[in-house]
Amino acid sequence: MEQNIESDNSKEEISRVTLGDVSPMRLDCGFELKNFEVAYKTYGKLNKEKTNTILVCHALSGDQFVSGINPFSGKPGWWDLVIGPNKLIDTERFFVICPNIIGGCMGTIGPKEINRDTGQPWGLDFPVITISDMVRAQALLLDYLGVDKLFCAIGGSMGGMQVLEWAVAYPDRVFAAVPIATASHHSAQNIAFHEVGRQAIMADKDWCGGNYFNHDCYPKRGLGIARMIAHITYLSEPALQSKFGRRLQDRDAVTFGFDADFQVESYLRYQGSTFVDRFDANSYLYITRAMDYFDLAERYGNGSLAEAFRGTNTRFCVISFSSDWLYQTSESRAIVKALNAVAANVSFAEIDSDKGHDAFLLKEPEFWKVLSGFIDGAAQKYGLNGSQ
Amino acid sequence: MITKITGIIRRDLRLIAGIVTNNSRVLDVGCGEGELLDYLDKNKEVDGRGIELSSSGVNSCVAAGLSVIQGDADQDLDNYPDQAFDYVILSQTLQATRQPHKVLDNLVRIGKYAIVSFPNFGHWRVRLALMMHGRMPQTDILSYNWYDTPNIHFCTIKDFVALCVKLNINIESGIALNRRGFERQIGGKGLRFANLRGEQAIFLLKRH
Repeated sequence: MEQNIESDNSKEEISRVTLGDVSPMRLDCGFELKNFEVAYKTYGKLNKEKTNTILVCHALSGDQFVSGINPFSGKPGWWDLVIGPNKLIDTERFFVICPNIIGGCMGTIGPKEINRDTGQPWGLDFPVITISDMVRAQALLLDYLGVDKLFCAIGGSMGGMQVLEWAVAYPDRVFAAVPIATASHHSAQNIAFHEVGRQAIMADKDWCGGNYFNHDCYPKRGLGIARMIAHITYLSEPALQSKFGRRLQDRDAVTFGFDADFQVESYLRYQGSTFVDRFDANSYLYITRAMDYFDLAERYGNGSLAEAFRGTNTRFCVISFSSDWLYQTSESRAIVKALNAVAANVSFAEIDSDKGHDAFLLKEPEFWKVLSGFIDGAAQKYGLNGSQ
Repeated sequence: MITKITGIIRRDLRLIAGIVTNNSRVLDVGCGEGELLDYLDKNKEVDGRGIELSSSGVNSCVAAGLSVIQGDADQDLDNYPDQAFDYVILSQTLQATRQPHKVLDNLVRIGKYAIVSFPNFGHWRVRLALMMHGRMPQTDILSYNWYDTPNIHFCTIKDFVALCVKLNINIESGIALNRRGFERQIGGKGLRFANLRGEQAIFLLKRH
């Protein structure tokens, strides 16, 4: 395996490695992926005993730039509040790995990347992937980085699905798992929202059957609408109410037209328009599909989630947020119930918050207290002392 | 659940901790802020878990590195498999459960042993308060008004022993604690005396 370090114009480096070169990685759909690249970022140092690794799994629209400044957006990484030197997940102490998922669009293989066989972007020729496929690729990345066992796997939303998949598919490689604001399968409502998003993209004539890269166009409107819909599901009614209410946008009265009269409209339009600049429309289709297909109980437990977890020695900390209606507390409770049924070591806290699903990315002191306590407690049990 | 009088409850927890053997698997139902779990973790190296109703209790337990989930004794014990723990502890919580008999049944099913402590409603002060004043008793340890108390299923030591017999639960040992924290073994002829003098009781139980 070779590692290519590519530098862009900013200070950040993007680490990319070619995996599946010795033998191809078989995907759930049957496709064999060979010589594919995975982009990732690491923070901190792997200790001598190789025991201090924390894998951070990103969500649908996330990327590998979890801490520090994201070189593409120029903004702080998506979990910079939590991860970094002397922060809650202290990179002076832990070796943090954050890979971009397969199917993504930040350097890891996905529909935007060039298919070596054709010299063209994959587009819809890219095989449909699953959460298991993403995790299998991450396991290969860990092999490459020389990490046999994770001290902890952590992630929210789709990142939480990867964490659950890790704990079940590789029980011996995960000492502690923190699935946050997530579920063991996608509900009908989750699938429904994703379907509307996908339909918005595919209904945009600039999508060109997924072939926009050959037609010098881009389904901006469709992807923008998909993001606007999704963004509503990430918030909560009280959050929208307190942030915007019925306040008008730069005007004193409604205009009797379809311009963005209300602040909330203007905000959603902005969210949609900035998203299309950084995200690939086909990637959005593939990743939402992977989430829809996720069903841990069906895959590993013959329909029983408890069976999927049977025999696990991993320490779990399941966390949900009271106002999250996308991945509700009841979904987290179902995971906890299944873990209890096999007498697994599990902690569970519902954090009282009005910020909706996005709360896991925001400043939530109570959440941080719980997370930090769990990580410290687990580190102690794992024999990791204060400083590495 | 009940007001915790430091000296007495600390003693109660210490006595419970004294029963638990080193390196055992323990489930503390109604673990509060995790005092007992923390003590057992540090002093007996147990593999400890907790269930707590209040989210503030859960959050402070998890923040202290303890494995605790939010839940309650009535609803969440059914999930656990048989004999999954060496000890299942229910301290000062039985009287606040909706179905104490089902909870007790679950405790001895999940644990090889169950340790249960509760305030004794047969204590002479309680009896005296009702007899002399004709009002629902309010003592140091039972400090709520009748209308806002979470304690909905009080029992006396005798009631508890009778329920264990009915449920076919074996009482391995029992201790009554009086106001000053003096201990007395409960058993045989001592039962009547313990029921009068014991302010609270601790029982070690096992399924027959």
